[in-house]
Amino acid sequence: MSDEITSDIFWHLVELAALELTTEEAEYLRKEMNNQLRSIHELAAIPIESEVPIASHGIPYNESNSASNRQDVWRPYKEAGKILSQAPETEEGYIVVPEIPHKDLD
Amino acid sequence: MDIVGLPAWEIADKVRRKVISAREVLDAHLSHIRDVDGVSGSINGDKGNEPEKIHAFITLTEDRARKQAMELDEKIAAGEFSGSLAGVPVTIKDIFCVESTPSTAASKILANFVAPYTATPVTRLEKAGAIVLGKVNLDEFTYGSSSESSAFQPSSRNPWNTDRVPGGSSGGSAAAVAGYESTLSLGTDTAGSIRQPAAFCGVIGMKPTYGRVSRYGLIAFGSSLDCPGPIARNITDAALMLQVIAGRDLLDATSATVPVPGYTAELDKGVKGMRIGLSPDYFRITYFDSGSGDLVEQLLPEEIKLKVIEAAEKLQKMGATIVENVSMPHTKYGIPAYFVISRVEAASNLHRYDGVKYGYRTHEQVSNLSDMYRKSRGQAFGLQPKLRILMGMYVSAEQYSEQYYNRALRIRSLIRRDFEEAFDPNGKYRINVLLTPTTPTTAFKVGGMYGDSVLMQYADQLTVPGNHAGIPGISIPAGFDKDGLPIGIQILGPDFSEALLLRISRAYENATETEDWRLKKPAINLPN
Repeated sequence: MSDEITSDIFWHLVELAALELTTEEAEYLRKEMNNQLRSIHELAAIPIESEVPIASHGIPYNESNSASNRQDVWRPYKEAGKILSQAPETEEGYIVVPEIPHKDLD
Repeated sequence: MDIVGLPAWEIADKVRRKVISAREVLDAHLSHIRDVDGVSGSINGDKGNEPEKIHAFITLTEDRARKQAMELDEKIAAGEFSGSLAGVPVTIKDIFCVESTPSTAASKILANFVAPYTATPVTRLEKAGAIVLGKVNLDEFTYGSSSESSAFQPSSRNPWNTDRVPGGSSGGSAAAVAGYESTLSLGTDTAGSIRQPAAFCGVIGMKPTYGRVSRYGLIAFGSSLDCPGPIARNITDAALMLQVIAGRDLLDATSATVPVPGYTAELDKGVKGMRIGLSPDYFRITYFDSGSGDLVEQLLPEEIKLKVIEAAEKLQKMGATIVENVSMPHTKYGIPAYFVISRVEAASNLHRYDGVKYGYRTHEQVSNLSDMYRKSRGQAFGLQPKLRILMGMYVSAEQYSEQYYNRALRIRSLIRRDFEEAFDPNGKYRINVLLTPTTPTTAFKVGGMYGDSVLMQYADQLTVPGNHAGIPGISIPAGFDKDGLPIGIQILGPDFSEALLLRISRAYENATETEDWRLKKPAINLPN
């Protein structure tokens, strides 16, 4: 059985996902992805009438069961320091990160 | 049995009446936890350590609990408290934020994260007087059905037989309640993660309707599927807990505005006149065999099927009508559709972990920001999150999304349609609820299935349709298999029918109250 997710596709995804993987991890993950895809292919055989809608979640939201969206309101957060204290590296209230690489967009 | 054996409703009643203090309840539970739990899960912990213990906990917040209990006793002494869960010990699946406590999602990437705020369901439990004992173990980011994928080892074990898994992902929650370490636990269910471990551990687990319980403060997995819900040892306790945590939350725009009925008030109204459905589509599973590459259809073990049939007969004797052969043709597509939808949502939710704002950052030298992202995420995510990120990105990529993602979302509509037709009061079946097995097997052996992500996922085949449809479901204990492992049965109902599910469950609980299997207790060292 040929693998839909080839090594090239796999490593392209890994790059996009910003993951560093060991060889063993890569081998396991690609195998499992292809197995999952074979299971997913079962879906292709299901006849779906054109009017069947996409369900973004099971229960349709309407006025009887969900609130309408409120306006965004800007509010200062009193304990910003508590949030900032979780950052791995900070300096004078700023989060410090390594150099941001320059990249030309295609 | 002493204090740890008491149901939540009785603890609350006794604490409110000052028959026992919240501190006494807490001390009894902490002492029992010391006896049966063993070492808590930790990063780099030995997974084989103390295999005879339960290992429900990641973080036991003893000091916090003691402070809560003391304050509660003072309020009660002053006549200032009447909360429905006064003094009741609860555990929280470590996927919820609890202010000033480690909130890890059982992942190395959040191992050092201390939540700056508390999740709404936890706030509501504490407001009702519940005492939070701590955070319990789970599959990493909830990704699994055995709790073994936790980065905090040893992972939780099944109190009925510690060679077996407790199920997952709310494995620590179900194990803690089954092992009498906490009276109640707060879990989450994305494909069956409350109901499956509840079935494996012989306790009650309810997935409420999507939106019934706020997700504010829940570390997200599948945002269109995640539901917080109660795990308890009896129906009254489950109803009490749901009553506390259910209802609209201004902090969660997806929480439902539908009024919350009185769940305990309806409990003893019986099942007379109800129509309860059985479906052949829930007595078999179809799964993908990765060895042969074939789809395999398999009937459920006879002893599991029999428990459902026996339950139907009992409910029939109490006045319900049993409707057989309810057709639920899209049940078997629940897992393949879930493979797509949940992965896309998981990948989206996991992109926020980058080593910048909070959580793990690599200690290695890095050349730039991208290198830091790759190393931090590569070192701190376990295999299951990595698998979901990659899979989610693939099936939602522009060139594949119509073929996979959009198709899966349409199939979700078909799964929902199965339920709508079954519950339609003017339809062919006109059933009030569907009665099914909860799981295709009882608890499997530790290490028995771990690593095979496809086979592991199929453990949720009978529970995941409820998540796709958004409807509520409950798993209740119904006896034991030949190996002495618990068997659970599931009741699924229409949107917001939690009161009905609890009422039917209560009728079944009453009908089986005096049966021998109800007297069995887990194998761990329990107080008399």
